[in-house]
Parts: sequence; structure tokens; C-alpha cells
Amino acid sequence: MTTNKNSFAYQVWDFFCSLKLSIFLLIGLALTSIIGTIVMQGPSREYLATLSETKIRIYSTLGFFDMYHSWWFILLLYMLTLNLICCSIKRLPRVWKTVFEPVLVLDERFEKSLSAVKELKISGTKDQLKDKMAEFLKSEFASATVTEKDGEYHLYAEKSRLSRLGVYVVHFSIIIVFIGALVGSFFGYKGYVNIPEGGSIGEVQTRSGKMVNLGFNVRCEKFTVTFYDTGAPKEFKSILTVLENGQPVPGYVNIPTIVNEPLTYKGITFYQSSYGPSDEGATYHISVRDRKGGAPIKLTARQGERLALPGGAFLSIMEATADVRPFMKDFDGPGAQVEFTPAGGKPQPFVILSEKYEAFNSQHGGDLIITMDGMDQKFFTGLQVAKDPGVWVVWLGCFLMVVGIIMAFFMSHKRIWARVSDGAVTLAGSASKNPTGFELTFDELVQKLK
Amino acid sequence: MSSSMLFNITMVTYMVSTCIFFAFLASKTKAVGLAGTYAALFGFVVQTAAIAMRWKESYDQGHGHAPLSNLYESVVFFSWTIILIFMIIDFRYKYRAVGAFVVPFALFGMAWAQLGLDSGIEPLVPALQSNWLMYHVITCFLGYAAFAVACGISIMYLIRDKMEGGSSAQAGGILSMFPAIKVLDDLNYKAIMIGFPLLTLGIVTGAAWANYAWGTYWSWDPKETWSLIVWFVYAAFLHARITRGWVGRRAAILSVIGFAATIFCYLGVNLFLSGLHSYGK
Ligand code: HEM
Repeated sequence: MTTNKNSFAYQVWDFFCSLKLSIFLLIGLALTSIIGTIVMQGPSREYLATLSETKIRIYSTLGFFDMYHSWWFILLLYMLTLNLICCSIKRLPRVWKTVFEPVLVLDERFEKSLSAVKELKISGTKDQLKDKMAEFLKSEFASATVTEKDGEYHLYAEKSRLSRLGVYVVHFSIIIVFIGALVGSFFGYKGYVNIPEGGSIGEVQTRSGKMVNLGFNVRCEKFTVTFYDTGAPKEFKSILTVLENGQPVPGYVNIPTIVNEPLTYKGITFYQSSYGPSDEGATYHISVRDRKGGAPIKLTARQGERLALPGGAFLSIMEATADVRPFMKDFDGPGAQVEFTPAGGKPQPFVILSEKYEAFNSQHGGDLIITMDGMDQKFFTGLQVAKDPGVWVVWLGCFLMVVGIIMAFFMSHKRIWARVSDGAVTLAGSASKNPTGFELTFDELVQKLK
Repeated sequence: MSSSMLFNITMVTYMVSTCIFFAFLASKTKAVGLAGTYAALFGFVVQTAAIAMRWKESYDQGHGHAPLSNLYESVVFFSWTIILIFMIIDFRYKYRAVGAFVVPFALFGMAWAQLGLDSGIEPLVPALQSNWLMYHVITCFLGYAAFAVACGISIMYLIRDKMEGGSSAQAGGILSMFPAIKVLDDLNYKAIMIGFPLLTLGIVTGAAWANYAWGTYWSWDPKETWSLIVWFVYAAFLHARITRGWVGRRAAILSVIGFAATIFCYLGVNLFLSGLHSYGK
């Protein structure tokens, strides 16, 4: 760094050390962040249709549709980091000195800079008093360092000196979090994959559309979804097995993977995210019985198939579910939306349920009572896939941040000096935080000495 | 005795406490102030019992979970945390008049929850079935509550500042029970010093949960973003105070703005924006 205060380099340095800049950046980040919560990020076509042509042009020029990755937002974050680093470089040496090279001697000039000072007359020679004070400070405050200067003894004792570094721990932690985020964005990826029940995959598509080879395979043995009585979903569960060279990996066989309990293998994590009916389609089981009596006939249909029923009627199953609770309150079990065509009549759409709801089922179907017995549905499971080698760095940063904040806010660097001469002791003290609280501590010490 | 009856008693008690605190400002009698604090304390105890009971009731219904899972439960919990932080500050510093500006926040919460929100106990959807829910919600709401207390104190500051600024003759009256202007400024800072670490923990636990459940610790979802906005505002508050000497009026205004952002983060995001967080849907 040059010593010329007018040089360009110095001015740039000064700009980045400035605390006005930090407040500007913090408020600036707060205000600009709002934009991305109002303008839809990664906008859908429907959303774009609601905007005027001009708006779309302005928004995309300014990067509003992916605001948190726009050049100017990233620039603000880099400025914050730079500001933080410069400010710390400028201030840390002085704080470091206070912490590790304390002022050991309480001279006149230094004494004037402290607010808590008390002179006491105590009988004894300076050597006796030195020992007495050292004993006293050790038992009432903290053990003291003794220095002899100009025929007087100076004692110095301190508590929680490291708390002065708390602020720097916080600031440093922010940089660590950023580093972790960068590591994640350069060396990790986020992807998505669908696996049909019984099927397996060896690569996933990332958000940017690239295919990534996992280096192993994942098979979905089974997928199930269960519901509460209210119809709200209770659990989505995939049973997954990891395969290396086609062979199941011991310890990774039939692992239930549910929301909030992902599966991790070789640093890659699979999260239960969605599901749907697999392309194989479903088979439905129904039974048909004559209203006037007789044994029911069991039938099986595939999706979209037109079934011939006794008596010349036809039946197609349009849609079906293994559990109707989410769709029909107060009912459960399997159900289907069907289209029934009586012999020579018009198609009639209605719903059929399980055997339990005989009365419900007998409302339709002409001479027949049709019952939904069940279905075999194969699902696919939708898994989110993530690899993020930077995540531990981020957690380390978060941990340091919390520790640093506690150090900075709730711990105070308390210092006590005592100057001892024959028959007199001058006690002085200071604290980095909570001056009123420290005054009380100091007064107590003085009382005890008297 | 059901939890909902206890919640009603809580609401009434907070109303009584608020009235006593206003009576304290008008009467300037110390004993009245103490009564206000005891009323709030009583409400707090009843509310704690009610929350515990509601927790048990959810087990009786067969899908037990901590009562922190929907808008009703979160509003009730928010009002509980406000009184908790108020109690800490009240017992430590004993400035009773603060109650008149803080207990009403808890009263608003309880009244809204009891009169305007659906109080049914529902089972947890898969996304919320995690212990992280508890860590995340508790830390966030304790932080929000500290900011609510700071906001109440800042409003007192602004009132006192305005009335004293106009004509010093009026400085008696209702203001005589207010803490001194310097004390208010200091209390504002102290409350934010409680809130800021808690909000930081709230954001970190939220990120940890998101990473655990979805594989991304940060996705710029509106709720996340707003919590970061709130965090930036209070970080600016702390820096402006220490390094630029923004104390007093400016600090009080920043604290009120910070709480407005907090409330938007908590409620506004769900009402006006869309995203992952399910409260208020
Ligand atoms: C633009 C970047 C930043 C700069 C240049 C900066 C600088 C500073 C400085 C100079 C101090 C005062 C230290 C002292 O007491 O001598 C401080 C305090 C502090 N900073 Fe920062 N800071 C920045 C960003 C942040 C951020 C984003 C946080 C978020 C947590 C933060 C947290 C703190 C805390 C907790 C304190 C202690 C405040 C107190 O004791 O009341 N800083 N900062």
C-alpha cells in the first residue's frame, strides 16, 4: 500500500474500508432482494403472459427473472465480501494488539483514558501490597501479570479477552459460507430423476439439462403412498436399492426413502420428491352382479379397455384410484370413474366404489350392480438428486457465525490494572461491553479491598 | 378442561394485563405496574399449560406432533414467545411501562388466533414430519418475539422523543412512567441483541432442514429471502449503531422498519407471495 493518500490505489482501498459502504450494501441487498420475491423467478409461460412486452424486455435485461444470479446482485455480494475483508485487514491488527499485547503498565496518561479508577490507601510496603493484590485479584477476578517500573509495581488481570475477536469470527464466517457456496456451485449439481417401480437408473439430468453419470445404479423396488383419514397425504415411500456393476451393495438394499429421510451413497443424495403412475398402465378388478341375485362375476380390465358385460352392456374405466379419501370425503377404499353403456343406450358416466358401499353402487348400472374391487397400479417415484461437496464448509461457516455472535454480544473483555506503591493502591478497569454492569463489578472489587 | 378453553383464558388475561398497564401509565402507581406484570405472568403460565395440553391432545387423536404446524399454532406460539421475552426483560430491568407497548402484540396474536383462525388439530403432511421443524420454528419465533419487544420499546422512544421535543413542559403527564430516553435506546439495542442471534439460528436451522429434506440449503424461496432481508436490516442496525453512531431516533425507526419486515416475512409472504412454507395456506 502506498502512503500517498491521494493516489488512486489508496482511494480504492479507503472506499472498500468504509463502513458507509457496508451499511449501503446491507440495506441495498435487503431492498434489491425484495424484487426477486415479487417477480417470479424462472417464470412460467402463464406468468409471462400476464406481463406486457415492455415489462418483459426490461425485466430480462435487468436479470429480474433470475435475479439472485444476475451480474449486479452477485457484484453486490462480492462487494460485501471485499468490504468485509478490507475492513478486517485494516482493523484487526489493532484489536490483535489489545488482545495479545495488553498494556501492562498503568501510567498517568493511560489512567486518564479509563473511566473506572479508584485510589486507595492501604497500609503495607509495596512488596507486601503487591503480593496481597496478586492474591486478591486471583481469588476475586483473574490471575495477574506483575511488572515493575519506576519503583512501582503494576498488576494486570483480564477476563474473556478472546471475545474481542468475536466480531471478526462473525465476519470471517460469512466469507467461509460464501466459499462453501462457491465450492458447491462449481463441484456439485442438482438433478432430478424418475424411476418406475422395478426399474433402475444410472444417470440423472441436472437443472441445467446436462446428463450426469452417477457411477452406480439405483433401483426402485417399490413405491407406496398412504393417506390420513382426512385425505391428506401421510407418507410417500420409495424402497431403493443401490447397485454397483449390477450387484446390490450390502447395506444399501431395500432402503425406505421418505420425505425428510433421504438416501445418501458416495456423496450423492436422493430425496423423495414426487410420484406418478408409471407408463405401464394399470389393471382394474371389478365384479358385476345381477340385481335380482346370483353370484358376482369377476372381471379384469386394462386402462381404456371396453369391457363387454353380461346382458349386452359395455363398461370403460376412465380413471381409478386405490384410495378415494383424497377425492371423496367420508369414503375409503378403491374407486373408479366409469362410463357405462347399456345395451342400445347412451353412455352414462358415474362412480363405483368397493363392496362396502353396496347402496352407493346400486344407484346406477341398470340391471347390474358394478363393484370396484381393486387395482394394480405401478408407480414411478420422482427423486431429487443432489451432490454438494461444499455443504460442510457452509455448516462450518454457520457454526462459526453463531459462536462469533455469542462472543461479540454476550461476552465482554474485562480488564483490571493495579498500581502499587508504599501504602497506596490505584485500581483501574475497563470493559468492552456493558459499561454499567462493569461499574458494579468494579465497585464491588473496591468495596472488598477497603 | 380443553386447551381451547385455556387459550381463551390466556387471551382474556392478556387483555386484562394490557388494561392494567395502561392504568399504570395513567395512575403512576407502582403497585399497578406490578399487577400488570403478574397478570401477564399468569397468562403466560396458563398459555404454557394450554400449549402442553394441545400437544397431548394431538397424541390422543393418534398423530401426535408439537403444536407448531399451522398458522393458528404458530400465532399462538408467537404470542407466547413475545410474553417470554417481555418477562425476561421485565424481570431484569423492571421498567413496567414497557408492558403497555409489548403485551398488546401478544394480545393481538391471541385474539386473532382465537377469533379468526381455524384451530383444528391436523396431522402433519410429509414435508413437516421432522424434528427440524421444532428447532427451526422455536428459534425463528423467539427471534421475531425479541424484535416485537424492540419495536414496542422503539415506539415508546419515538413517542417520548416527539412529546419532549415539542414542548418540554409536557414532559410530565403519561411520560413520567416511561423509562428515560437513554434507557429506551439501550433496551432497544439489548432486545435486538437477543433477537439477532436467534434469527441467525433460525435461518441456519431452516437451511439445515432444507438441505436435509430437499438437498438445497438455500433456494431463494420468498420466505427464505425475506428472512434474509430481515437479517440484513438488523445487521445494518447493529453496524450503524456501533460504527456510525446511529442511536436514538434513527435506531428506533430502523427497529420499527425491521419489525415491519419481520411481520411481512411471517405473514405477508404467505398472503401475497407463494413458496415452500405452508403456514397460512
Ligand atoms: C460489508 C461488510 C461488513 C463490514 C465492513 C463490517 C464491519 C464491521 C465493523 C467494523 C464492526 C465493528 C467492530 C467493532 O466493534 O470494532 C462490525 C460489527 C459487527 N458485525 Fe459487521 N461488517 C460487515 C458485515 C456484517 C454482516 C453481514 C454481519 C452479519 C452477521 C455482521 C455482523 C456483525 C456483528 C454481529 C457485529 C457486532 C455488532 C455489535 O457488537 O453490536 N457484519 N462489523
